[in-house]
Amino acid sequence: MKNTELKTDDSILKKPIGRAGFLKYSAVAIAGAGLMLAGCKKDDDNNNNNNGGSGSVDLGSDDIGVLNYAYALEQLEAAFYIAVIANKFDGMTIEETAILTDIKAHEIVHRDFLKAALGTKAIKDLTPDFSTIDFKSRASVLGTAKAFEDLGVSAYNGAGKLIKDDGYLLIAGKIVSVEARHASAIRDLLNPNSKDFAGDDVVIGLGLDISRAPSEVLAIAGKYIKDSIDASHLPTS
Amino acid sequence: MNILGIINRLGDVKIDNEQSQTRRESLFNFANFAKLAVPAAVLTSLPAFGSTSSTKRAAAITDVLNFALKLEYLESEFYTMGVAQSSLIPMTDKAIFEQIKKHEVDHVTLLKNTISALGGTAVSKPTFDFTAGGKFNPFVVYADFLALAQAFEDTGVRAYKGQAANLKDNNDVLTAALSIHSVEARHASMVRRLRNKNGLDGTAKGWITGSSRGTLPAETQAVYAGATSEDNTMQGGVNVATITTQNTIAIQEAFDEPLTESETLAIASLFIV
Repeated sequence: MKNTELKTDDSILKKPIGRAGFLKYSAVAIAGAGLMLAGCKKDDDNNNNNNGGSGSVDLGSDDIGVLNYAYALEQLEAAFYIAVIANKFDGMTIEETAILTDIKAHEIVHRDFLKAALGTKAIKDLTPDFSTIDFKSRASVLGTAKAFEDLGVSAYNGAGKLIKDDGYLLIAGKIVSVEARHASAIRDLLNPNSKDFAGDDVVIGLGLDISRAPSEVLAIAGKYIKDSIDASHLPTS
Repeated sequence: MNILGIINRLGDVKIDNEQSQTRRESLFNFANFAKLAVPAAVLTSLPAFGSTSSTKRAAAITDVLNFALKLEYLESEFYTMGVAQSSLIPMTDKAIFEQIKKHEVDHVTLLKNTISALGGTAVSKPTFDFTAGGKFNPFVVYADFLALAQAFEDTGVRAYKGQAANLKDNNDVLTAALSIHSVEARHASMVRRLRNKNGLDGTAKGWITGSSRGTLPAETQAVYAGATSEDNTMQGGVNVATITTQNTIAIQEAFDEPLTESETLAIASLFIV
């Protein structure tokens, strides 16, 4: 049941990986997997590829699980922006086109990087469900973009504490601030020059962005993903 | 975020038995006062936790919080002064800087309260010179104000990021630090785009392209440089260009890079008397 629906454009598969790069990559992936195996004997049970068969997609456990969780969200975001640019809403301005095209590229980079980092531990290509989005409507597209970016920020903020490896945590930090930059720009497109770029609906208390646990994030994101995602093996602290 | 969990956790960081009750009380007061507040932190380069002593750990965390506090003092005073000028910020942009000012003032409060709650002593606010010895005129010239705002926000994002791993010892502090970090990134994106909207930098986007400072003055190049420069394309030991079809610009933009403590303080020191 190989599904490539999320890769209608700019697929990693289109670009061959150079042998040197692949070998370097494999070494990293193996090192990461080794680290995880040391920490959890059940890794092999929980980190199967899930690339075939039906049923839910198991994200896996430990850092692999958290990375797969991020990979699921990045797959969703990349697929969304690919669809947005392939089917532009009526009256999309030059500025809006530039911003949405940039974000599309960034999300594809995030998706491709996480897939490569996970190697054989990566979950399968998910199948999006964008039936509730009207891609011809600016309000629908930008509203969804805002929701996805804010959700991504809260997801990475909530996932940081679940990551064991310093290197993975740093990389999550490198990604989350870019998601926050996206959120800010999208929010400013919707309500220009207002305080909404960092609005009181997402920045709470004493100046803190919202953080969400994976269960909360997936409950929201699930509406846009046809596959059932099993996050039950993710770390909780 | 679970306030009770934080209180319990911080309550376990006892400096000694006599003080622990006082500390726990102060944490409750802090929680009541701050409502949703969570202890926040950024790290300096923490010494390895060779000692598992909680006393030592608490001290290390307050050192880190103090490093963050210095940056937040700088931002807080900068925006407080800027917003107070009657003819500096155009009405069209005012709401943006009122919001940023509010967050930075809140971050100072949060950090000071947390340092105190952990038994540390908050550093005093430095004396700032936002002209950097006469190079800038940010409270009279709006372009200078915007330029420094961009430099400060991009620096803040990179500085918090650079220390995240060192906060792993305390989940709640780590989460709070990440939550400040992304707010700084929201600010950075807005200010960068505002400079473009104001005709000051046609290349400025919400995200950092390569290690370009755009039209910012040369003094700010350190904001985009460093041991891991913003034009980095190596992530996790892999050249990302080899595993995606996206171009180098997109790869560089897709990942913000960290600054070290010393790199950050070198930037801040330009504005400290």
